[in-house]
Amino acid sequence: MARALINVPAKAKRGEVITIKTLISHVMETGFRHTTMGVRIPRDIIDTFVCTYNGEEIFRATLHSAIAANPFITFHTVATESGTLTFTWSGDSQFSQTETANIVVE
Amino acid sequence: MSKREHATTRRQVLAGAGALAGGLSLPTLATPAHAQVQANPAALAIAIQKVVGGAKINDGKVKLEVPPLSENGNAVALTVTVESPMTAKDHVKSIHVFAEKNLQPNVISAKLGPRAGLPMVQTRIRLADTQDLIAIAELSDGTFWRATGNVIITLGACLEDG
Repeated sequence: MARALINVPAKAKRGEVITIKTLISHVMETGFRHTTMGVRIPRDIIDTFVCTYNGEEIFRATLHSAIAANPFITFHTVATESGTLTFTWSGDSQFSQTETANIVVE
Repeated sequence: MSKREHATTRRQVLAGAGALAGGLSLPTLATPAHAQVQANPAALAIAIQKVVGGAKINDGKVKLEVPPLSENGNAVALTVTVESPMTAKDHVKSIHVFAEKNLQPNVISAKLGPRAGLPMVQTRIRLADTQDLIAIAELSDGTFWRATGNVIITLGACLEDG
């Protein structure tokens, strides 16, 4: 399991725009590099990131080799109701990881 | 059986070495790491075409923030902001970023919706060389808006072999 850090405010007012920051440890090997022996290092990246808010998708990103190692993504959403945010990263070599965060909306 | 496997491996190694010498299957290897990275306008145009289709791209509404100079192309902070009220009728549908001199022009494509509240995406990207970046946003009315930015890179990503 890769280490993931998620920053979601624990509490928010209804209708408030909240900032969500996510970071996951991953090499994001581009597939363009070669070893000293001239062998191409196969691509190994996270290519999809999805965030759902109580089951409804609120943000989706397609990542390419140009995303730095340990992909860091910041985005926003409107706090509509208390519940769970689910974050899923998936990519090459059947990589898939899901994390959740809870939010209380007053 | 094990002997045969061994022979196959050796053949593969020799074939690989031959291709290496000829520079046929590994053309990028022939490029020294310090060589100037060439912009590939055709690949960039195709990548943008895939996103916008035949639609006209207008300048404005999008703001692309990158540092003017970065010592290391392996992690360059990137922020894209779009002017939009983010209502159900008028919102940003997607944000796409392209780099003109990277081996693959696509950087990131983010899908947003009216629930985003603030149409802004931040990430860290790799850049092979000093180059222009292009951010394109698609609005809910089907129009496309563009912003460009330039970053000077002292040490590029991708090309140094590991």
